[in-house]
Amino acid sequence: MTMTAPPPGKKLNRIGLELQAYRGSKTTLCAGCGHNAISERIIDACFELGIEARQVLKLSGIGCSSKSPAYFLASAHGFNSVHGRMPSVATGALLANQKMLAIGVSGDGDTGAIGIGQFVHLMRRNLPLVYIIEDNGCYGLTKGQFSPTADVGSTLKNGVVNDLPPIDTCLMAIELGASFVARSFSGDKKQLLTILKAALSHRGTAMIDVLSPCVTFNDHQGSTKSYAYVKDHDDPVSEVSFVPYFEDISIEYDPGTTHEVSLHDGSRIYLKKLEEDYDPTNKEQAVRVLHETAARGQYATGLLYVEPQKPDFCSLLNLVDEPLAHLPLERVRPGREVLEEIMERQR
Amino acid sequence: MSSTDLARESSAATPGASRVVNDFSIQVATVNGSGSQTANLILIRSIFQMGIPVSGKNLFPSNIAGLPTWYTIRANKHGYIGRKKEIDLLVAMNPETAKEDVLTLDAGGVVIYDEPLNLKALRSDLVFYPVPFDKLVAPVCPDAKLRRLVRNMIYDGVLAHLLGIDLGEMEKALNRQLGKKQKALALNLGALRAGADFAAANLPKQDALYIERMNETAGKILIEGNAAAAIGCLMAGVTVVGWYPITPSSSLCENLIDYMRKYRMDKETGKATFAIVQAEDEIAAIGMVIGASWAGARAMTSTSGPGISLMAEFTGLGYYAEVPAVIFDIQRVGPSTGLPTRTAQGDILSTAVLSHGDTRHPLLLPSSVRECYTMAMDAFDLAERLQTPVFVMSDLDLGMNMWMSDPFAYPERALDRGKVLDRETLTRIGEWGRYKDVDGDGIPYRTLPGSDMPSYFTRGSGHNARGQYSERADDYVNNLERLQRKFETAKDLVPAPEIDRRDDVRIGLIAYGTSHWAIVESRDQLRQEADLDTSYLRLKAYPLAASVEAFLRDHDRIYVVEQNRDAQMASLMRMEYPAELTAKIRSVLHFNGLPIDARSITDSVLAQEGFAVGAGVRQEVAGPAAVGGE
Repeated sequence: MTMTAPPPGKKLNRIGLELQAYRGSKTTLCAGCGHNAISERIIDACFELGIEARQVLKLSGIGCSSKSPAYFLASAHGFNSVHGRMPSVATGALLANQKMLAIGVSGDGDTGAIGIGQFVHLMRRNLPLVYIIEDNGCYGLTKGQFSPTADVGSTLKNGVVNDLPPIDTCLMAIELGASFVARSFSGDKKQLLTILKAALSHRGTAMIDVLSPCVTFNDHQGSTKSYAYVKDHDDPVSEVSFVPYFEDISIEYDPGTTHEVSLHDGSRIYLKKLEEDYDPTNKEQAVRVLHETAARGQYATGLLYVEPQKPDFCSLLNLVDEPLAHLPLERVRPGREVLEEIMERQR
Repeated sequence: MSSTDLARESSAATPGASRVVNDFSIQVATVNGSGSQTANLILIRSIFQMGIPVSGKNLFPSNIAGLPTWYTIRANKHGYIGRKKEIDLLVAMNPETAKEDVLTLDAGGVVIYDEPLNLKALRSDLVFYPVPFDKLVAPVCPDAKLRRLVRNMIYDGVLAHLLGIDLGEMEKALNRQLGKKQKALALNLGALRAGADFAAANLPKQDALYIERMNETAGKILIEGNAAAAIGCLMAGVTVVGWYPITPSSSLCENLIDYMRKYRMDKETGKATFAIVQAEDEIAAIGMVIGASWAGARAMTSTSGPGISLMAEFTGLGYYAEVPAVIFDIQRVGPSTGLPTRTAQGDILSTAVLSHGDTRHPLLLPSSVRECYTMAMDAFDLAERLQTPVFVMSDLDLGMNMWMSDPFAYPERALDRGKVLDRETLTRIGEWGRYKDVDGDGIPYRTLPGSDMPSYFTRGSGHNARGQYSERADDYVNNLERLQRKFETAKDLVPAPEIDRRDDVRIGLIAYGTSHWAIVESRDQLRQEADLDTSYLRLKAYPLAASVEAFLRDHDRIYVVEQNRDAQMASLMRMEYPAELTAKIRSVLHFNGLPIDARSITDSVLAQEGFAVGAGVRQEVAGPAAVGGE
């Protein structure tokens, strides 16, 4: 007779849930697809932050990337909308219920091509939304055509060379008014997770461009979005760490080498200097560094820009605290005297 | 106005003839941007205040300033407020169009004109009243820069004297319009009196047109359809609005913004119980509406034809993913940019089936400003009840012109928020599936984000009754058939047609929207001129109620009257009804950008009925059933 040890206690988060509670349905994307790793990090981030999945909206457009909301947070409300137009759907949904935490997942075609117009105006509005671009430089679902984030000189599998300059979504987002802009790599588990946790704690548009290689159509020699290329050309601007508001941890840091950023909910981000001292609240520096690293053929990753106190769109619209969607009749239909007053003015 | 716009028919007012009281039309021809709007508004209001049924049609160019504009006011003691083709009195202020405007008048017409235009020489069969506007405006408006804006008020003064409009009523209307702007008020009052004084001293009455007090407008209001629709949205409890400016719909959302800011701020906190966003385009506007409605808000947008085209893809998503949306289409003349400031009913067919794949959408068809108000409320209830996009098909004529109406009644009915799953229902139905037809009416139960009910994944891709992704043939077919069942359910939920059925009458008329007003008058003309009695069915919505089919069955010949070229509503009927019924349908089509008028309908029906229509009444027509060429 042998004694079997009891199963080790499963790890529970601060609201008493297991990691399993944050999973979605089984992925139908290719094995090894960067997007799956991103879904995993979203699951980890929500688990670690103790987010209630039911309070989350997951929205997407169309494409491989946009399928992924089905693969995380099964109990969240999801909306796989139309190609390139997720920002408007997210805008409407958040205006209807600003209490929800919204995660939008897009792709480089969904954002950079068909959706560039809505992307631009989303950034301008600073809607409280985590906007993730799963960026592989190609259209996977239609079998590998170039997208607008493909670099000049990058090649398709069949040898066709891209001769148009790429759209840098991070540069655009910074210029347009997004209040949290980051770039990461699906293969960098630690950095991506940290950035996601910070983004989920930020109030305003958190735009994260995640380089996410397409193993089927864009992972070959000659592609600048392959695992090997991104790994070799990843140039983090700083080392990022995150302390959520509910963790009572005091961090000792050297102000000469580390920047601290406090978010509206009391969470803190720490950015430790690597080569150059990088101040993520300095727009000019962010823009310069992005241009310089791109010129070297590298990817500046990390938290590129943050403006934690910038008013988000719902604040600008001066909305009542309760979700508009759930206001009772008496608060949305004015009384008889109002109609009478209006009628009187037309007589 | 160009000659193509006017029929030549001998008209009422000839010198020495008997008095024509409260039954004529006035056309004011000005230059866009010259401030004539105030003068025209004062004119229509003062006639209205004197108790005479009146309507105003603004015919304006797609331009800020400089192009010709015409404003037509029709006073009619019988209460006919549709457009009248013939102009009885012309106020010619625009040098560019004056000559043609005068040449196209019927003999006996009356012309008030700016003296230097020297129009008198053009014709000998009209009554001319020259008025030296520049000479009159100078003493009352010392600031030369403002004269251009005040000058038009002079013709109101002249008209007041010549027609017998009470100057006091004009002053009252002016006060109401400019009361807060004391300086402008004083200048305009001065110009008004200068015009009246000049006419009294220099213009002996030579025509037969008179305005005399009646009591037909007591308690009534004058309002534009877009403002009426905005009041409807306010009362319907709209909370999220996404819109993009486009003529002729912009004033709907602009009115709504004013009303919401005034009446929908939370009293305790001073915060807004609504969000209105001017979107980057119509696609984003409808996207916001879909997102907001999905999350449980009452959301709407307002647009016109080009915007409707852009909204096609999202409308299909709303249909297939079953998300409510309220869309106002203030129709203008297409295709493409078309005539952006002219009216039409040209979006009926394309909107009924907007988007790719098999789709059908409920359309509400307001005829009056009151229906703009009530149907706005109906639209929100229907969209949430049916979980689908609902279109309110207004038009430029209704939306942007002033209409007389009884005041609007306060809504007594609570909001219908539709089938939103709650504990009680969940217990009753046992297992919930987002697209499961529990009640047999094709309408499933939905859940809202942020509630304690189960969540689901909304998608425009294939899905089964539980809302899961599916490419299975049976899932697809089941879903499409259920959506069809839901559309059948809609037939009994949308506003029912209004039917005036006459016994032993073989001819039926079917119309919708603004054509109604011309139909009312045309039916009287048919009776008076040709002893033709007609039944009349006014459509208030699509899908078509069962009573429409019965109406087709019960009449030998049915004239479907529409303001488009392609007989769009008749086409929807042909899609739905058996050939033996649709064979009875004939069309009366009017599509020149001007509001339809009774004369055009009467002539077309008479011609198709085999009556000889008097020469000169009708000019060449585009086809046997069309009067679009007018």
